[in-house]
Amino acid sequence: MQITVEFSGGLETAFDGNKKHVLDVPEGSSVNWLLHHMVETLMPDHKREEGKNIFLQDESVRPGVLVLINDSDWELEGEDQYILQPRDVIIFASTLHGG
Amino acid sequence: MDRSDSEKTDVLPMFKQEYGRYGRQMLVPEFGISGQLDLRSKRILVVGAGGLGSPAIQYLAGAGIGHITIIDDDTVEESNLHRQTIHAGNVNVPKSESAAEFVGKLNPCISVTPMVVRLSPSNSFSVFEGHDLVLDCTDGPAVRYLINDTAVLSGIPVVSASALKTEGQLSIYNYNGGPCYRCLFPIPPPADAVQTCGDGGIMGPVVGMMGMSQAMEAIKLLTGVYSESFTPFLMLYSAYNFPPWKSVKVRKRQKTCAACGDVPRISRQLIETGQVDYSEFCGSPSQVLLGEEHRITPEEYSKIVSTKHILLDVRERPQFDITSFPRSINIPWSELKHKEELDVQVDGSPVYVVCRYGNDSQNAVDKLQKLGIPSKDIKGGLYAWAKNVDEKFPIY
Ligand SMILES: [Zn+2]
Repeated sequence: MQITVEFSGGLETAFDGNKKHVLDVPEGSSVNWLLHHMVETLMPDHKREEGKNIFLQDESVRPGVLVLINDSDWELEGEDQYILQPRDVIIFASTLHGG
Repeated sequence: MDRSDSEKTDVLPMFKQEYGRYGRQMLVPEFGISGQLDLRSKRILVVGAGGLGSPAIQYLAGAGIGHITIIDDDTVEESNLHRQTIHAGNVNVPKSESAAEFVGKLNPCISVTPMVVRLSPSNSFSVFEGHDLVLDCTDGPAVRYLINDTAVLSGIPVVSASALKTEGQLSIYNYNGGPCYRCLFPIPPPADAVQTCGDGGIMGPVVGMMGMSQAMEAIKLLTGVYSESFTPFLMLYSAYNFPPWKSVKVRKRQKTCAACGDVPRISRQLIETGQVDYSEFCGSPSQVLLGEEHRITPEEYSKIVSTKHILLDVRERPQFDITSFPRSINIPWSELKHKEELDVQVDGSPVYVVCRYGNDSQNAVDKLQKLGIPSKDIKGGLYAWAKNVDEKFPIY
């Protein structure tokens, strides 16, 4: 099934620079599985180690990144245990501090 | 009885002049005269009179908030003016005073207090006192946590926004069962992941839009729009996306939150005595500091500039495009740090490394060392070059 992953707040620099990706994922996959799948498939090899540190910490998203599942904070949806559904849109928004 | 225009009568709830001044917004059914009377009785604190604060203050003053306190210890620089238009003609003037001057000119019906001090753990509680709402218009994680904690412990809601490059974010914290900043972000991001408008850049209308949205949300909050039911949200703006706006639902107040939870671990006393260390909590970016043997001053470099050498400029591409030395080679630090070899023919020529302020160039010299390429950092970067050697060199 297909889902969409989007980056907001500059997190795409940890990946290949693209803000939006359409991914094919097996049914029954959790968001936790998706996090690792993204590191394996969306990060260029030479950037994977650093990119992983920018994206993940202690096997979850790093502090300062909000995960939004279909326009809703993942805290309201079961966090990384949420089971992905067809056509889900998952946004990884890193907080901005400038002003 | 002789009655001047600015005299309030026993029967009118506002001065006659205010009816004329606020007429256009009082015509709006969502707002009305009751909204005007609400705003008139309220006091707002704006922390930061920069890219967010400038437009927020302009529109809050126009709308007729009873009192505005503006705190900022910065002075206006020319590089602020593309986005901080409130400060027109006021380079080198303290931002809070410059903004207050604008407020005085725009709307004599309200009062304004500028404070030329930095918000700190020792003054935050007294600064916040007596305000109905705080606008977080600041530019760093440490001060954002300080504003949050003080607001939670003082029982004041916060309209918070931020912006960088082409994107902006906005939220309301500590209001009506909603989260505080710490509920959403219990741990700050790694310092290396935090960019300022000074390094990353900022489009003026992007941060302007966010500041103006803060003003609108402040008006809504102060006129009771969210008092019955409030769904916590985060507004995301991305100028080059379509559609550019998105609003998402976020979590409620978290029982486990260190600031607003059921068992808070942060108190006024801990903040005021410095036991909550905000700068340590948020950290500082990692930075290699080279020994003197790996560095030369801009003056020393000016003496060898015409000899055969390689000049590596490690600034990001947009910065390199703005201005650079002739014949310098651009490999941004963000790319260089991933490289396993340097695709530049060095053939024994000495290598010098330069950046904007002389920080990334030190990281780069350290990295080149690891790749087996000896090099030297030009101390203080192009900024020092322009200051000490070539005053015609453009600084941005
Ligand atoms: Zn909280």
